[in-house]
Amino acid sequence: MASIKDIQEEIIDEFSMFDDWMQRYEYMIELGKSLPLIDDQYKTDDNLIKGCQSKVWVHAELDDDKLIFTADSDAIITKGIIAILIRAFSNQKPQDIIDADTEFIDEIGLKEHLSPTRANGLVSMIKQLKLYAVAYQTQLK
Amino acid sequence: METSLDIQAIRKDFPILQRQVNGQPLVYLDNAATSQTPDQVVNTIVDYYHGYNANIHRGVHTLSQEATDAYEIARQKIQNHFNITHSYEVIFTSGTTHGINLVATGFTSFLKKGDEIVVSAMEHHSNIVPWQMLCERTGAILKVIPMNQEGELLMDAYHDLLSDKTKLVFCNHVSNALGTVNPIEEIIEAAHKVGAAVLIDGAQAAAHIKPDLQALDVDFYTVSAHKMCGPTGVGMLYGKEEWLKKLPPYQGGGEMIAEVTFEKTTYADLPHKFEAGTPNICGGIAFGAALDYMNSIGFDAIAQYEDELMQYATEQLLSIEGLRIYGTAKHKTSVISFNIDGIHPYDIGTILDKLGIAVRTGHHCAQPIMDFYKIPGTVRASFSFYNTKEEVDILVAGVKRAKNMLV
Repeated sequence: MASIKDIQEEIIDEFSMFDDWMQRYEYMIELGKSLPLIDDQYKTDDNLIKGCQSKVWVHAELDDDKLIFTADSDAIITKGIIAILIRAFSNQKPQDIIDADTEFIDEIGLKEHLSPTRANGLVSMIKQLKLYAVAYQTQLK
Repeated sequence: METSLDIQAIRKDFPILQRQVNGQPLVYLDNAATSQTPDQVVNTIVDYYHGYNANIHRGVHTLSQEATDAYEIARQKIQNHFNITHSYEVIFTSGTTHGINLVATGFTSFLKKGDEIVVSAMEHHSNIVPWQMLCERTGAILKVIPMNQEGELLMDAYHDLLSDKTKLVFCNHVSNALGTVNPIEEIIEAAHKVGAAVLIDGAQAAAHIKPDLQALDVDFYTVSAHKMCGPTGVGMLYGKEEWLKKLPPYQGGGEMIAEVTFEKTTYADLPHKFEAGTPNICGGIAFGAALDYMNSIGFDAIAQYEDELMQYATEQLLSIEGLRIYGTAKHKTSVISFNIDGIHPYDIGTILDKLGIAVRTGHHCAQPIMDFYKIPGTVRASFSFYNTKEEVDILVAGVKRAKNMLV
């Protein structure tokens, strides 16, 4: 099982192939289309992340000692961003998710989405993934 | 495009229009959110801080007198621009929202349970929430003027809503989300027949239309300077003298008093009764400069040019398959709200931003309108007199490119 760091490196590698923003965005949109969709029963207001112009639902469940995330959004670029996050953080141990950093977002040229004032809520999304990890970490103990 | 305006010369007054965004020349089409500021206004701000920054209405020294004079001259410029009877009917505010809250709070003592307040279905949140709060305080009931699919108010329904219970009517002059120019003459006249007061939110109209407030016979009218080439944080509330005398002060503090003892305070005369504390002196003066600037270009020429720009943009955008425009009123101005089938407005806005094109996406603080159309939001392009046909072409090409990427 690849570590979060390894997966992030892999994503950085993939994005380094692109020369301009358009190719990066087109790739992100493709990733968005392949996002592991959240089961409809979890598309509830409770699972809705606030602070996004687009709607984002995230669901987490424990599989043995690993945390699995599924998600969806009504905007495709947002879905692409979530797809990248989920690829990096899903199917990992909660403690590793808590400890992971998110600088790879910078390195793949999506830095502008990390600003806390940006209305896409990428920051709230990361926070939500980490909060789930903290909650399940407590449960594992 | 036929216009008497020298658009290229006008653009030189706005240095920001020369900058690049994401490596592309900026195409600024978010004028309904805020307009850009010309050098003439920026220089007024610089001159104030370089030359005569001082507190007003109280100093005996020269700077204070100069600042006071400039501030009061700005008030007169506003009076003249909006054709207001007395300069003391012009209240400086921090912006439209402040003006609305001042009136809504003041009306608390005039309303009783069962009284009715009428608002239009196409209001901005700032024109809904203060009235809901007023209703909670007083037990008054909020009634809504419905609209049709084109984004026009149903005036028959409006007339039916009015009765002797109606105490207040609120409506925007121009809808920020749809661009509809509302028939405020008819709205005001009908409200007055049942004895109701009318507040018109002119925030979105003032950059495009020069209203004659005496001819309109409106009770209150409020605008923000930053939507008409002025700075942020300043605006004006017009109120008829009789209403301003009746309304209680909104905030207590310096400037708004005549005499203070610990037993009793006598309030100052108009307009100072509503201008507690040190005001945005520089902002007020710059607001006057912004009106001078826009009047030097001329509102008739501005309206005609912006209308041509909007017509052209409408035609070009509609040539894109799957594009739908929200707000197709016969009488509208400078705003095009749209979506493309199957694409979230946020996605289009994100791609346009990468192309250097600034538009607004989202619900535009008008969720009831979005609920009406059953959409999460729209992409909104809004035009000013310094925009060009070429910029419309860049927008249209950008939307096509976004569509190709996103579908």
